[in-house]
Amino acid sequence: MTEVDITLTVNGATRTGSPEARKTLADFLRDDLSLTGTHLGCEHGVCGACTVIVDGRAVRSCLMLAVQAAGSEVTTIEGLAVNGAGEEGGELGTLQQAMWDSHSFQCGFCTPGMVMQAAAFLSDHPDADEQQIREALSGNICRCTGYQSIIDGVLLAAERYHGR
Amino acid sequence: MKLPPVDYEAPRTVSEAVDLLAEHQDEASVLAGGQSLIPLLALRLAQPALLIDINGVQELSGVSVTGGWVTIGAMTREYVAEESGTIAGAVPLLAAALPLIGHEAIRSRGTVGGSLAHADPAAELPAVARALDAEFVVRGPSGERVVPAAEWFEGYLTTSRQPDELLTEVRFPAAGPGTGVSFQEIARRHGDFAMVGLATSVTLSDGVISDARLAFAGVSDVPARATGAEELLAGERPSAELFDQAARRAAGDLDPPSDLHGSAEYRKKVAAALVRRGLREAVDNAQAVDNAQEGQ
Repeated sequence: MTEVDITLTVNGATRTGSPEARKTLADFLRDDLSLTGTHLGCEHGVCGACTVIVDGRAVRSCLMLAVQAAGSEVTTIEGLAVNGAGEEGGELGTLQQAMWDSHSFQCGFCTPGMVMQAAAFLSDHPDADEQQIREALSGNICRCTGYQSIIDGVLLAAERYHGR
Repeated sequence: MKLPPVDYEAPRTVSEAVDLLAEHQDEASVLAGGQSLIPLLALRLAQPALLIDINGVQELSGVSVTGGWVTIGAMTREYVAEESGTIAGAVPLLAAALPLIGHEAIRSRGTVGGSLAHADPAAELPAVARALDAEFVVRGPSGERVVPAAEWFEGYLTTSRQPDELLTEVRFPAAGPGTGVSFQEIARRHGDFAMVGLATSVTLSDGVISDARLAFAGVSDVPARATGAEELLAGERPSAELFDQAARRAAGDLDPPSDLHGSAEYRKKVAAALVRRGLREAVDNAQAVDNAQEGQ
């Protein structure tokens, strides 16, 4: 068994740790950094619930080792709030507020993955139409909503970004 | 579903990686993008003693053009290849297949070499490599060797790479004048592995098909060229009847598996439909390329 010392940036803050090589980024975020907003559904890259943003790209944090994130900038669902996060107060970001307003989610299990995938996609494709959004989110499984309300929320966020 | 305990090395150069492979042989697995290997570890379908993580080997990433060939470093990520103007211009069949791999988040990490070394017969890139007769460059303790695509894929998830060899780059021939391409696939959901996929490349010379290449994904334990249909097409003028004959020939030559996604009989019908669609689109593209060149 190998433990590896790593330093990375998570939601703008420098974090260090010594995960075992086999530990996924998802488990490192949840267990070592107590960032339990990232959810684990299938743990083998099928459901998309654990999606986070690494160096500007959406990735599945269950399909990446924590040691591979050394030196990277990671953004999790906790990092999307504006003016501080969690116990520090803070407000929902534009995408989060648009999804809230659209009643995008029901049970909430897929929420962090959906939101992070949508955030990564909208930052690259601010003019995306409904079909492109559907394709971008096609790797994220939701068992409650039937997806329509999620798509509505992402479209609303895109409109609000443009309205600024 | 947590990964099994495993040792970990992160070499910085190809020679360090090759040394590690020589020492550990098939006790080691090479970790590239990890989008197939990490699920295999999670499911205990692979249980190597050592992971050799080549993500830090800079010399393995990049796209370059030399003498009519486009060389893609094995660690080149799929999204990078997808955004490459060089690949879009010189290897349009590869460019057509890349967006169909998994989902956006998978292509963020997944690599061209990783997919081809994993050799899932239902995946897109193996069919493209087989259609275009790509070349695989592997390095081992005794040096480098080049393996043609026809000899690379040996069976389900099995290639002719030896346990002490590292896939370093894959070379695709640049498309010649008058070449049109198409990548077709039928999957249950967007981003799923194809029940049947088809890579098609057609070259027209003076309105006649001078070269036709058809390679299926998902119909056998390796990506499969439709050689009977290719021979039938060569030297002919494209027409709906010709495409129909080629489709019947290609499907008739197949012996696809039955599984819960589709019966063998259904896969053959899908294969025939994809041959018709693929040829129509590839020939349309080839004619468009031809007309654009004549107009210059």
